[in-house]
Amino acid sequence: MFDQFDALLLARIQFAFTVSFHFIFPAFSIGLASYLAVLEGLWLKTGKPLYLDLFKYWLKIFAIAFAMGVVSGIVMSYQFGTNWSVFSDVAGPVIGPLMAYEVLTAFFLEAGFLGVMLFGMERVGRKLHFAATLMVAVGTFISAFWILSVNSWMHTPTGYEIGANGQYLPGDSWLAIIFNPSFPYRLVHTVLAAYITTAFVVGGVGAWHLLKDRTNAHARKMFSMAMWMAALVVPVQIFAGDLHGLNTLEHQPQKVMAMEGHYESHPDGAPLYIFGIPNDEEQRLDYAIGIPKVSSLILKHDLDAPLAGLDTIPDDEQPPVAVVFWSFRVMVGLGFAMLGVGLWSLLARWRGRLYDWPWLHKAALVMAPSGFVAVIAGWITTEVGRQPYVIYNLMRTADAASPLDAPAVGASLLAFVIVYFAVFGAGVWYILHLMHKPPHPGEYGVKRGDKGPIRTAGITPGPTQDPTDESRRNLSRDKREPETLS
Amino acid sequence: MTIAYDLTTIWAFIIAFAVFAYVVMDGFDLGIGILFPTFEVGPERDRAMNSIAPVWDGNETWLVLGGGGLFAAFPLAYAVILPATYPLIIAMLLGLVFRGVAFEYRWRDPAHRRYWDAAFTGGSFVAAMAQGMTLGALLQGIEVTGRAYSGSWFDWLTPYTLLTGLGTVAGYALLGATWLVWKLDGESQHHARNLGKRAAWATLVLMGGVSLYNIFLNAEYAARWLTEPEIYYAAPVPVLTALVAVALLRALSVERHSKPFWLSLALFFFGMAGLGVTMWPFIVPPDLTIWDAAAPERSQIFMLVGVAITMPLIIAYTAWAYWVFRGKVGHEGYH
Repeated sequence: MFDQFDALLLARIQFAFTVSFHFIFPAFSIGLASYLAVLEGLWLKTGKPLYLDLFKYWLKIFAIAFAMGVVSGIVMSYQFGTNWSVFSDVAGPVIGPLMAYEVLTAFFLEAGFLGVMLFGMERVGRKLHFAATLMVAVGTFISAFWILSVNSWMHTPTGYEIGANGQYLPGDSWLAIIFNPSFPYRLVHTVLAAYITTAFVVGGVGAWHLLKDRTNAHARKMFSMAMWMAALVVPVQIFAGDLHGLNTLEHQPQKVMAMEGHYESHPDGAPLYIFGIPNDEEQRLDYAIGIPKVSSLILKHDLDAPLAGLDTIPDDEQPPVAVVFWSFRVMVGLGFAMLGVGLWSLLARWRGRLYDWPWLHKAALVMAPSGFVAVIAGWITTEVGRQPYVIYNLMRTADAASPLDAPAVGASLLAFVIVYFAVFGAGVWYILHLMHKPPHPGEYGVKRGDKGPIRTAGITPGPTQDPTDESRRNLSRDKREPETLS
Repeated sequence: MTIAYDLTTIWAFIIAFAVFAYVVMDGFDLGIGILFPTFEVGPERDRAMNSIAPVWDGNETWLVLGGGGLFAAFPLAYAVILPATYPLIIAMLLGLVFRGVAFEYRWRDPAHRRYWDAAFTGGSFVAAMAQGMTLGALLQGIEVTGRAYSGSWFDWLTPYTLLTGLGTVAGYALLGATWLVWKLDGESQHHARNLGKRAAWATLVLMGGVSLYNIFLNAEYAARWLTEPEIYYAAPVPVLTALVAVALLRALSVERHSKPFWLSLALFFFGMAGLGVTMWPFIVPPDLTIWDAAAPERSQIFMLVGVAITMPLIIAYTAWAYWVFRGKVGHEGYH
């Protein structure tokens, strides 16, 4: 039947599959929660109904994305134990508490206030509702903080001791564990990526509706806001990514060697390879096209600086180069394409053509999913780049898996693949359907039931209730196209 | 039975609290899912769903705390239990996927609503059954060699685990029915009370069955309940459980508000207390005690600080969220 290697490979595929699928949702909801908070804040500040309409438009989409993030996230919190039990036992004392803090400080905060955020606008005051939205947005950030600390510790472990029973134990200072060397860079790079991902989705939806009706005020507003994000945040992200790369060079040099395709060492200036076919067998980059010395310039800020290559690393400690090399290029390529859209939008704004330049809108539409691809490519780069280790230089992935047989892991992998594609495919379809509808005045919030939202007996509408909501609901019930798919 | 109040013991109680909070809070959500096919399509289903829509996500978070807390405070137990009950855990997770997305999807897609309603029921049933069977698999004992699970694929599948699984399904149905007695009115409430009565009987019978099975299953378990001086500590649990059961059955005949729900919670509380008496001080019977599996003191202290600060806040804002959505769930035109 299957040998041990197959069970390991299947477990790795399962983790890669479930975590990649999962991360798509938080990559969107981290940014979207903040965007919703901004929209609601602007509505409270200016009183313009346009912002409330946009808030409600995106709230419906957020509700679906968040639900998918929650259920796929619960799977992750058990994947460690089901498929990587040796890792869990050994690393639990160090990373377990950080994950417990994530639950205590982030998950409860998000979940506790989500109900009020989604359904409570007519039950609590406007300010209290805004506070709930802020709590959800802050919760998504705190969640990113802890889980990225855990992930970073696995890349750059510090502050631990090795116990007599083989476990990694916390040392004197938890700060040394939490703020391990790669964490600040990874946190900034990932959170900015989430914001940019959301900005391009919002921009793409705005562009889609501008292509159909360039006078739509709601589409104009969301497109403009998204393009400001693209123009201002993408350059910051490229800078942050560069710093993250330098940090990786310091702590995980073979990952950078794989990203750069540097099989051989370059004592006097290394080239920046634009293209090439990594050949692990022969340990060389076939058909390489590169710019001499530029890699040294980027990584060492000196054209002639020496850079070591994978020839200095034993074969059994090298990551698979091709995956890292290509995923890195996909991420960087998309990053510069995003920068291009951002700059284009500045030009359009300057020429007063932001809302009537169809080619810009088409470009933004094409780029709408680019954030997701870039984010996944970035994670593949960093995660495959630290192989063969699960805890860098300490524990090999091959030594971390659960004592399971291949058919068990294979069957569960198959179940995850089928269920995720069916369930999350449907969810993405529903989101696309909501996005397809133009945002308009009198936008509905998250609706419950065919006959209106939830009501409660014994509670009279308080003075805080938004009277416009009531009239809008009646209006929309009578005149608008049905909310639902039918 | 002596209890030393060290950090490990405190952590055992924190995990037990998280599991209890999960079981009763997501228990009524899952219970409503299990009972969902008995509700009329239309307003009755919508109201049942709406009664939990704002809170289910918070309720499910306790499961992450239970799992994450176990990982953090008792990493060895986490690393043994999950591979030992692998198919159950995967089934539970997939069940929760279907159940969780159904909350949103059913409103988005009325043309396929009945499929998402079926996913809601199926997911809830599978998750409840898997949780109950996992508990049974733990109680019947897990084979450990060194620091890893060493049993075979289907150790978790026995008549006993089927019994604990069904008991959990019945118990969740009871919680769901009594929650609906509280949140609904009129004909739907009447329906919920009838369901509650049946679920209460099923729960009591299965609880009794599991208790007897425990005593015959394992001499050590029997000793905890039936020998002196343990019997004096243990005896109040079944006595109080019986009193609560009588009160619950009476309340289900007359009450229209929250009383049956609170009594169901009490029933679960004493049920869990009974499990605690049975298992103590083992976290993975028959080999691993809580001290064998515990994380080092530094991890325990660090997390304890976090729990001490955040838990009162979590309870406060969770209570606030429930309060915001208090009262009977209405429908259009109802005040």
